[in-house]
Amino acid sequence: MSDTLRAALALAGKDLRLEFRSKTGIISAAMFAALVLIIFNFSRDPTTVSNLDLAPSVLWATFTFGAMVALNRAFHLERENAAFDGLRLAPISREAIYLGKLLANLVFVSLVEAVTLPLFILFFDVDLSGALPGILLITLLATIGFVGVGTVFSAMVVRTRFAELMLPVLLLPFMVPPLIGAAMATTRLLAGRPLSDFAGWLRFLAVYDLVFLTLSALVFWAVVDE
Amino acid sequence: MNAGTRGRGAIRGGLAVSAIGLLALAGVYVLALKHTPVEIRQGLAQKIFYLHAPAAWSALLAFGLVGMVSVLYLWLQDPRLDLFAASSVEVGLAFCLVMLTTGPIWAKPIWGTWWTWDPRLTLTLLLFFIFLGYLALRAALTDRSERARFSAVIGIMGLLLVPFIHISVYLFRTMHPMPILMKPSKPSLPPEMLKTLLCSFGVATLLYIGFVMVRYGLAIRQFDREEAQHES
Repeated sequence: MSDTLRAALALAGKDLRLEFRSKTGIISAAMFAALVLIIFNFSRDPTTVSNLDLAPSVLWATFTFGAMVALNRAFHLERENAAFDGLRLAPISREAIYLGKLLANLVFVSLVEAVTLPLFILFFDVDLSGALPGILLITLLATIGFVGVGTVFSAMVVRTRFAELMLPVLLLPFMVPPLIGAAMATTRLLAGRPLSDFAGWLRFLAVYDLVFLTLSALVFWAVVDE
Repeated sequence: MNAGTRGRGAIRGGLAVSAIGLLALAGVYVLALKHTPVEIRQGLAQKIFYLHAPAAWSALLAFGLVGMVSVLYLWLQDPRLDLFAASSVEVGLAFCLVMLTTGPIWAKPIWGTWWTWDPRLTLTLLLFFIFLGYLALRAALTDRSERARFSAVIGIMGLLLVPFIHISVYLFRTMHPMPILMKPSKPSLPPEMLKTLLCSFGVATLLYIGFVMVRYGLAIRQFDREEAQHES
């Protein structure tokens, strides 16, 4: 097990190092998320719809699109110079490749979200002071779910000609349940409801993560083997 | 170039079963219109039920089988399982489309709206998109074994997503419960209606079998032809 973890960490470290050296991916994804927020701000009438009513939907729609853009690049790195063949030939388990890619994607998507959240507070004037730990927990749970499934799918779509289009088509239906859970929990949290009011949604998100992470790790060999 | 005759039997048999199924479907409608009482509150609109509910049954049967066969494929790696799953997806999507079109036609006069985000409707719509994506992915891949493995992964994940969609949409909707829920097993269903409904379920199953047989036969023939081209 420690071998798997070590290989996974090495792989994630390699991906993130590449990412931080060029910085193109992370900056573009964060900019994209910021622009989605701006679009949302202008696609409603601020005099009739209050910020707080719209806030959870805006936040989660933005996170969804941001994650999508971020996930698209996960396996693009490996396409050049047949890097993926090298990865496949490496004496590490398929679970280690999955775990490594998952960790790198999680860090990457979390960074995009970390840039989006302050902008969201700024643009939509939402007071998160008391709700911040809750929001972070919900975001973490939902992001693990998105990224867990997204990592498998992005490994598949990179083999097709229309990867950028294929990923959202495949992934969005799978994002709907965690999206509902996250948006509902956020709504309740921002309305100042007690934890017991949305603990069910948190459990739902946790079960989704557990089931889909396990399944993804189990079937990942089918995606990478020749 | 002779690709053999494998698959021909399935196509012929499937066409025969489909023809019988279509005739029986006409029979179900004669039964539904002439020998089944008109529902007192919904009137004639309820007759679409005999097409809608069986289509739903066949679609779920189709997608359920895809999920199970996908697991088997990853285990046994038999290309025939993949071809069957792909055929079942296509047929399931056709039934799903019937369900998604007859539903709103019924819902407009009865519920007063074409569409509502009720758990069952949402689930059907998302399943439709998942398996449409399944076909889109297949079309975008050229390597055969890759296509089969990726399809199996989507098939399994799609099946596992069903309870999550259902639970989430159900909870999402608890604030606004639907006043009318379709319950085919409602004990108050008159015996004539139940009989017609059961007949329609049988017919839909028959049509599913017929359509899948034809599609599977065609898939086998295409597979063999590609194989022969590859060798020559």
